[in-house]
Amino acid sequence: MASYKLDQSVKYAKSHEWARVDGDIVVVGVSDYAQDALSDVVYVDLPEVGDAVTAGKQASTVESVKAAEDVLAPISGEVIEVNSALEDTPEIINERPYDAWFFKVKPSNLAADLAALMAPAEYDKFVEELE
Amino acid sequence: MLQRTPLYETHVAMGGRMVEFAGYELPVQYPSGPTVEHHAVRTAAGLFDIDHMGQFELAGPDADACLQALQVWDIRQMQLGDAHYSVLCYDDGTVVDDIFLYKLSGRWLVIVNASNRAKDWAWIEHHLHGYDVALIDRSDDLAMLALQGPKAEQILQKLTSYPLHTVATRTAIETEIGGQHVLAGRTGYTGEDGFELYVPAEGVVEFWNLLLATGKDDGLLACGLAARDSLRFEACMPLYGHELSPTINPLEARLGWTMSWDKPFIGRETLLKVKLEKPARVLVGLEMVEKAVPREHYDVAVNGQVVGHVTSGMKSPTLDKFLAMAYVPADYSALGTKLDIIVRGQPKQAVVVKRPFYKPKYK
Repeated sequence: MASYKLDQSVKYAKSHEWARVDGDIVVVGVSDYAQDALSDVVYVDLPEVGDAVTAGKQASTVESVKAAEDVLAPISGEVIEVNSALEDTPEIINERPYDAWFFKVKPSNLAADLAALMAPAEYDKFVEELE
Repeated sequence: MLQRTPLYETHVAMGGRMVEFAGYELPVQYPSGPTVEHHAVRTAAGLFDIDHMGQFELAGPDADACLQALQVWDIRQMQLGDAHYSVLCYDDGTVVDDIFLYKLSGRWLVIVNASNRAKDWAWIEHHLHGYDVALIDRSDDLAMLALQGPKAEQILQKLTSYPLHTVATRTAIETEIGGQHVLAGRTGYTGEDGFELYVPAEGVVEFWNLLLATGKDDGLLACGLAARDSLRFEACMPLYGHELSPTINPLEARLGWTMSWDKPFIGRETLLKVKLEKPARVLVGLEMVEKAVPREHYDVAVNGQVVGHVTSGMKSPTLDKFLAMAYVPADYSALGTKLDIIVRGQPKQAVVVKRPFYKPKYK
């Protein structure tokens, strides 16, 4: 397994999504470890603006040359924006996983949802144990 | 216990991501990734370890007669050095395996799929009865590589004095390449020009490294199973276990062109009937009208009724389209027919398009 990058500005879910708090919204994407495990991404099925998403439940789908994988919402709330650039250039998920955000959420239960996520060092250990 | 090819350590050292395939541990990709590897083969060249495939030799006074009866292609058309694709059928016309034949000096070389190696061996051996022939498994002492792409010839030419431009598509030569005695067949499984190379197993690591070093400036990349699959898929070449199986006959798979009806072969009587009555279901090419990734086993539906299933599907790297191969009733096989593919529970519209998706570029 190749080494993977961690982003110190995000928190991680066990299902390999990241959540970055930006003011009063939360930006969501998938980790470098996840994109590497997926191999080349070819398609992303994004939620719709206005959708209610629930922490730990499917919010989006990412499809790679290998398989289709669910992307779970790390934070509950309402989708206020989606990254439509991923529709035409999904490969940026492989190239820059911490810039290639999927959607932004207006959180409804931020403190509790964040507490359930892992800090980068903790996620690093979690992934190490998966290997 | 999974088997390994002699290149296993080399793949690992190169960062190959090793997966199980047909009982072998093989690289599905290298760090460059399947998409980059795919484009390398279409635009420059790629090198594949395909030593998992089985290599059987058939020799002896009755070898021609025996092989002629075993498989569908009329080998009387083949000259020394010719190579050809063929199919082994059961009595009921379904497919034992799809194979590749080489007519060599004093012997035939039969290349079979890794997943079917034991089954094919037993099946062929069973049908040798009454013939004065010897069947020899060369799979362990011969290693098999594929050098594919528009720059394959110029790369290989740097390692041999044999004039490779004189080697026609679907013919083979035995010559010195890179200091080794190599059988080189101008063929492949990618839809590009190229060679399949049979090298003594003990020399294959050195040969692999030599090829990669020689082709480096021409853009040659080592390629894994994922690129091999996407390349053969675009060229609509069948993969056993997907487009071919013991429940599918070659006419359904649109391989009627391989069948020589004016000679006996196993399965001929049944298949002749199928040919006259036309197969009830056939393999079609589908292009997604609605964006979605079609994948193997997904249902194909018409007005909510399941009528068939996808055998292979993906986003085509070369054509940048979402494409699939699927078996559907003959009534739904005309070009332009609209069908739905059920993608994760949702019907997504697709249309029957011409096969192959990518027209092979042979010399």
